Amino acid sequence: MGQTTAEKIFAAHLRDEPFQGTKVLDIDRVLCHEITTPVAIADLEWRGKDRVFDAVKIKAVIDHVTPAKDSKTALQAKILRDWARRHEIKDFFDVGRNGVCHAIFPEKGYIRPGFTAIMGDSHTCTHGAFGAFAAGVGTTDLEVGILKGVCAFREPKTIRVNLNGKLAGGVYAKDVILFVIGQLGVNGATDRVIEFHGPVVETMSMDARMTLCNMAIEAGGTCGICQPDMVTVEYLWPFIEEEYASKAEALADFQNWVADTDAGYDKVLDFDVSALEPQVTYGFKPDCVKSAKEMAGTKVDQVYIGTCTNGRIEDLRQAAAVLKGRTVADSVRGIVSPATPKIFQEALAEGLIQIFMDAGFCVTNPTCGACLGMSNGVLAEGEVCAATSNRNFSGRMGKGGMVHLMSPSTAAATAITGVITDARSF
Amino acid sequence: MKKTFGGPSIFLDRGDINTDEIIPAKYLTEVTKEALKPFCLVDLSLDGFDPKGEKLANARVIVTRENFGCGSSREHAPWVFEVNEIHTVIAESYARIFRQNMFNCGMLAIELPKEQIDKLFALEQGSGDVDIAINLAEQKIVARGNSSEVCCSFEISQFDKALVEAGGWVEYADARY
Repeated sequence: MGQTTAEKIFAAHLRDEPFQGTKVLDIDRVLCHEITTPVAIADLEWRGKDRVFDAVKIKAVIDHVTPAKDSKTALQAKILRDWARRHEIKDFFDVGRNGVCHAIFPEKGYIRPGFTAIMGDSHTCTHGAFGAFAAGVGTTDLEVGILKGVCAFREPKTIRVNLNGKLAGGVYAKDVILFVIGQLGVNGATDRVIEFHGPVVETMSMDARMTLCNMAIEAGGTCGICQPDMVTVEYLWPFIEEEYASKAEALADFQNWVADTDAGYDKVLDFDVSALEPQVTYGFKPDCVKSAKEMAGTKVDQVYIGTCTNGRIEDLRQAAAVLKGRTVADSVRGIVSPATPKIFQEALAEGLIQIFMDAGFCVTNPTCGACLGMSNGVLAEGEVCAATSNRNFSGRMGKGGMVHLMSPSTAAATAITGVITDARSF
Repeated sequence: MKKTFGGPSIFLDRGDINTDEIIPAKYLTEVTKEALKPFCLVDLSLDGFDPKGEKLANARVIVTRENFGCGSSREHAPWVFEVNEIHTVIAESYARIFRQNMFNCGMLAIELPKEQIDKLFALEQGSGDVDIAINLAEQKIVARGNSSEVCCSFEISQFDKALVEAGGWVEYADARY
């Protein structure tokens, strides 16, 4: 029998199998941010093992609360900064150059097909968009990754999701993944990789594929994986042009990681998404999903566009296309956080920032901020936010607050009217 | 260092309890595990549950339903249990990262079939206070209420058991890789 993408990556990275069913993998990228790394650093120091396995394979960024909002977050940033300097980790992104981890690391070309990556952040599954195996881990896994360059996994089974048909105008990757999570449930993919196939994925950009893979964890998935193709090659070309004689050669190499046609799957799900409408969550779990039309009229106090799910340039273009020439409702606070400085600059050059500001949005620096209720847009008790983020847990964006997840397009339309609105009604 | 397991229990009768409920993100600005101690399950809203109550303060074991620890990868969730001397969670199922984090810290995330979890909840309904003894070597638990008890065995992978025996993944990996 053939192999899935994850099985191929596991086979190529296998360092040890201490017990049947447990695979210890060599890790190509150990990614770090200032919330989950400092305790690992402190523990390594305490153990007298303040070392790193490879200063090039480790990348670090300050992104969750930046610039620091108080003494505690300043200390977290300082611990990460001092550690990166001490170990000569060159790819460390500090204030002014920093962005949301799952946007900035792919943007720098750090993730390639066939790679293994771990990070102390559950949305690390985003990087599977490149045909990589990327998993969110806790601080102890991160600590061992930093010290030894390995991580242990139960070899995951794979759920194959075939996305057939063609998306209607105004329907995006975010709507697709919300729909898929609604179908799978919040633990429908636990200990599973979700492999995305089909014409809908094939025509998606890397930005859209990252949105798709980003929320695999919301169905419990270890990683979301897209098949590497020419779209992947084109995205990575500026970083790999010296490694390959041609794009065709790069493609041939990348395709080694494509799942075999006779691979064995835990489950195969076929969805024709041609009739899919913009999706919005209700309640406090990401699998509580309805159409934007069904949710229409729900009042919101804040609209937040950004995050590792939907803070990339295409997302800002989608939102700006709806906002152009319109203004945010008086009852709404609009906040947009371009996910990286590069995206911010592109948005400036394209006039998108002007559109957001003319509409009455507050444009913040790149940060995770409000998504997890740490800074830059925390909700008060009883408030409601329409957000392009990935979690609608009770109190996620601030105690007593509620979040409705949706696409940038739906969020923009909602900002204009002050109530959940299908952007296609404009 | 290998931890001790078992003792008075607290029952959380809901599925999908997420790590934001176990330890809200606003406390993730702490850089020591000890600083998390007062904030265990502080934002969990569940009928009859009091995060400042004696029941939680005395608990050494949590018994709960499916998909426990879903959401964020924050190891602050197992840590807030660890610093409150709760070294064991017994649930119907877990989110992968939380489960791994527990074993990586040398703690136990025991998985039991729904029928067994139901029996434990029934015992708690009848007794109020349930003390749970855990025998890791024999993979058995004995839950004692006021007048009755529930005994059952549990599965644990060899790797997870080795992590618990070693005191955690750092100790295990450091000795081996």
